Amino acid sequence: MYSDKVMDHFRNPRHVGAVENPDGVGEVGNPVCGDMMSFSIRVRDGVLKDVRFRTFGCGAAIAVSSMVSEMAIGKTIEEALAMSNADVARELGGLPPNKLHCSNLGADALHAAIRNYLEKQKEA
Amino acid sequence: MKMTRVYLDHAAATPLLPEAREAMVPFLDGEFGNPASIHARGEKPRAAVKDAREKVAGLVGARPEGIIFTASASESNNHALKGLAAGRAGHIIVSAIEHVSVLEPARTLAKAGFELTELPVDGEGRVRPESLTAAIRPDTVLVSVMHANNEVGAVQDIAELARVAHEREVPFHSDGTAAVGRLPVDLGALGVDVYSFAAQSVYGPKGAAALYIRPGTRIRPLVEGGFQERNRRAGTENVAAIAGFGAAAEVTARRLADWSGEMSRLADRIFTELPSRLDRLVFTGPGTGRLPGHVSVCVEFVEGEAMLLSLDDEGIAAASGSSCTARTLKVSHVLLAMGLPHTLAQTSLVLTLGRDTTDAGVDHLLEKLPPIVIRLRRMSPLYAKLERGEDPYAAAAGAACEDDHSTVEEG
Repeated sequence: MYSDKVMDHFRNPRHVGAVENPDGVGEVGNPVCGDMMSFSIRVRDGVLKDVRFRTFGCGAAIAVSSMVSEMAIGKTIEEALAMSNADVARELGGLPPNKLHCSNLGADALHAAIRNYLEKQKEA
Repeated sequence: MKMTRVYLDHAAATPLLPEAREAMVPFLDGEFGNPASIHARGEKPRAAVKDAREKVAGLVGARPEGIIFTASASESNNHALKGLAAGRAGHIIVSAIEHVSVLEPARTLAKAGFELTELPVDGEGRVRPESLTAAIRPDTVLVSVMHANNEVGAVQDIAELARVAHEREVPFHSDGTAAVGRLPVDLGALGVDVYSFAAQSVYGPKGAAALYIRPGTRIRPLVEGGFQERNRRAGTENVAAIAGFGAAAEVTARRLADWSGEMSRLADRIFTELPSRLDRLVFTGPGTGRLPGHVSVCVEFVEGEAMLLSLDDEGIAAASGSSCTARTLKVSHVLLAMGLPHTLAQTSLVLTLGRDTTDAGVDHLLEKLPPIVIRLRRMSPLYAKLERGEDPYAAAAGAACEDDHSTVEEG
């Protein structure tokens, strides 16, 4: 059903957990629908130094979260905001058509954490 | 190292009995003839179908002439609903927790002009006879309530429900797919008019199933254009599968009590031992009056598909009613009808044991499932909220997700 890459990220997810004293946090999805992702980020000089996630969801949702965190670390804020859901699905070697909404959630959750960071910057 | 394989999804498919296989082989090899043929090639196939009909009838306490062979329980259910409704108009009643092969034909009939009532169930998945009494109208043309539910194991009081329907002279159908092979079934005592079940329920092959029709019941054929099955189901018989069905029914009739007793004992081990290894479990369906060898449980904060994939990595085959495991991406209609919140239904795990299940298999499950759940809970934002003393389900209020799932972007 899933590509080897999806199964690898599902079995050995990278960067699970939460950043301590995060610079931004984002949560998307809902347990009602079966998928919920929570991302936290650390930003230094406009670069994502650390990205951590917690995900409630199917194999695809967990693999997508893991891949998003791996892809995002080291990217500038601008680069990370430009990451699309399609990019994530492509990096995973594709997802079954009915699971693409999971990859949509992944990038959305990262972007939500970045927006939270940017808002805090504005306030400061 | 050889992986330990534990199959706990007998509701989806069952391993073939050796006796069934043996009965099938001649009809896959030399005995290819058509049971309807006048010439010699038709003789053995014809005899095999007759013999199988007697054995299948014997399993459920029916007369052979009441049994017709179909290709699947889904076909039997479609035949029952559409066949009973044909030539009539008015109102039909099905329970809300039926298999989709009953629900969908019922909804098709509703589109064609019938009024449809989907009977509610209680929190344990049981249809209350008084709710059927209240739902029946003078123009009700059929009632269909499954004998036992495949997802939560609830066994219905079919004899009482059929009595209620007959009091008002309404024909009664029951889908026995989940019940046959786990419970002793005596159709005479149950009093149903029409009853569906499959060879798969009794460790027979795929491609053969049965529809019992009580003599005198007015029911139209689904497949027309031939005189087979006493003009009730056209099409050359699947002789090999039917022969396998007969052999499997005969063995099952003889062994059922032993198998069910052992399956119940093994399921009881899961019911008692799993909660000592994992917290936040919600067992669904009735405690008593449930199918032998059937365990349904919600494992809070862990989505069903993630659990199934991880179990599969440990060689364990199981099922779930979560939306991510369904092709339709809809969460189990059965759990929702019982009043479970979506958040819980997404975490469902269904284990259906079989005659081949052993203590070693249950040991393997009890050893492997807890670390899987603990790993996935550590990854779950819901569990993190719980540990922080927050409401894990705060975000659930007023959520709507149909759009999330139907908006599929091309990658």
